Amino acid sequence: MEIILTVLASILFSTGIYNLLQKQLLRIIVGTVLISHGAHLFLLTMSQVKRGAPPLLVDDVSSYTDPLPQALILTAIVISFGVTSFLLVLAYRTYTLNKTDNMEEMRGSDYD
Amino acid sequence: MINLIYLPIVLPLLASVIAALLTKNTNITRLFSQITSVVFLIFVGGLAFYIFQNGTIVGQAGGWAAPYGISIVGDPLAILLVLTTNIIGTAAIFYAPKVLEEKQERFYFYALYFLLIAGVSGAFMTGDLFNLFVFFEVLLMASYGLIVLGNGKAQLRESFKYVLFNLFSSMLFIVSVAYIYAITGTVNLAHLAERIETVEQQGILTAVGMILFFVFAVKAAVFPLYYWLPNSYVVPNPVVSALFGALLTKVGIYSIIRVYTLIFVHETAITHSIFIWLAMFTMLFGVIGALSTHNVKLIVTYNIIPAVGFMLMGIGLYTPEAIAGSVYYLMHDMVIKGALFFLIGALVIAAGTKDLRQMSGVIQKYPLLGWIFFIASLILAGVPPFSGFIGKILLLEGGLRQEEFLLVIVALLSSLLILLSMMRIFVYGFWGELMDGLSNETKRIRQLTIPGVVLVGLAIFLGIGAELVYPQIESISNMLYERTDYISSVLKE
Repeated sequence: MEIILTVLASILFSTGIYNLLQKQLLRIIVGTVLISHGAHLFLLTMSQVKRGAPPLLVDDVSSYTDPLPQALILTAIVISFGVTSFLLVLAYRTYTLNKTDNMEEMRGSDYD
Repeated sequence: MINLIYLPIVLPLLASVIAALLTKNTNITRLFSQITSVVFLIFVGGLAFYIFQNGTIVGQAGGWAAPYGISIVGDPLAILLVLTTNIIGTAAIFYAPKVLEEKQERFYFYALYFLLIAGVSGAFMTGDLFNLFVFFEVLLMASYGLIVLGNGKAQLRESFKYVLFNLFSSMLFIVSVAYIYAITGTVNLAHLAERIETVEQQGILTAVGMILFFVFAVKAAVFPLYYWLPNSYVVPNPVVSALFGALLTKVGIYSIIRVYTLIFVHETAITHSIFIWLAMFTMLFGVIGALSTHNVKLIVTYNIIPAVGFMLMGIGLYTPEAIAGSVYYLMHDMVIKGALFFLIGALVIAAGTKDLRQMSGVIQKYPLLGWIFFIASLILAGVPPFSGFIGKILLLEGGLRQEEFLLVIVALLSSLLILLSMMRIFVYGFWGELMDGLSNETKRIRQLTIPGVVLVGLAIFLGIGAELVYPQIESISNMLYERTDYISSVLKE
């Protein structure tokens, strides 16, 4: 199971990086979303996908799920959600003011 | 007493919320922000004094003991940097009303400012790797808000790139936390430092350490990852540039210091010798950038990069005095970069242009600004007896002891070139014929110069009063080098 998840995470990463290297703003944002999904999945995988009892203080439970990675992922998802929504608004404003959504045309000069 | 350690993080967060609610009336927000930041400064000063007298305070959030809960560690290094952050922040708050437009102030400048301070203080004081990521995001979110404040064409264009770079490195941060958790089963810094010695496959750890270094190197603008920095720090308002230049890259450098003196010290022959090469290139390329442009603000921005190289040099050398040099340089650089950005902001407003070729003779009308800028340039370049000199001499001495002669030569050369780049501003901008179109707002320019004067005064004190300051820095660097103090005070065995 872990191997499948690792492969899936790596596919997400590679497609994300491919999109990140495009010129169109929206594609770049899609790329960041894919990369963040890959990172979260990877975090889940790295702590081993165990089956067992919930992580509660009960006697005679030998195998239980590790709660820490899930707490970490939850935090990371919230953060990347916030950043992505900010990035979408930013891309829209950039597009309306600069009249372009092509990164090639957004180089700028030293003095503006 | 222990609960006071949370306040440098909690109070700015509260102040941020209050400032966001007060935003309808700019005068009240302004007054509120000024009073609260002075109060914070006094409080953090008192806390720093207490910690220097009585040693590290560790707060365990929610009462969960160290490896399980999140620790907030007020060790001398962290509290010293939090204190410096608050000094610069307070100076910036008094500088802000003079440079910001009414609209920018109303659009949550003060709320974002307090959020930034909370994030920076949190990143300095956290004792948990994942929590460090969270505080990085807090300060980055605030900085995203600040960088687009004003809504200019160039601002939006550059901030998009800035957000992308930081977002990508944050994702890699999560990946490296995942790796570290998989290998050691903990994310608490002190617990990691203990467990790292018992890990069998040290090679994997070195690889993970380098991924983590990549993350911090992006934030700290180390060669070859600094290319996002110059343009995105030039475009915002002067006060925002000052906060960024003084605080943000320093958080990255602090994280490198913390992680590579506490956790990844098992393979210094590989990791730390890479740092030495990177430090060399960072110094050279940064200073070449500073010499390549006529935009005064860009010159100062490029000067952030060689300073990062100097601090990285101390970590690469990894001896107690070199680390002391890095810590001294870190503190000095926060203060002087803040001062320089304030003064350059005043200069740009006085001259009405950023282009050095169109400026001349500013000193004839604004002598105070000119001379303070001159002293600040000398401090930045490390001319004795000022604070830059103390940091540099410790680093160079460390370099000579380790027989890294090439590194020492590059460091000396880049100091000279830093001086040259700053003197270009002084000679072309301040000297010569009085230019046309020089601003007549004498009072405003004087008010803009004063925060710079205060910070330059502090930097002079750090240099001349080195006898008073250095023993503290030395004990900090010994603590960093020995590691046991940090581990035992967090884990309390």
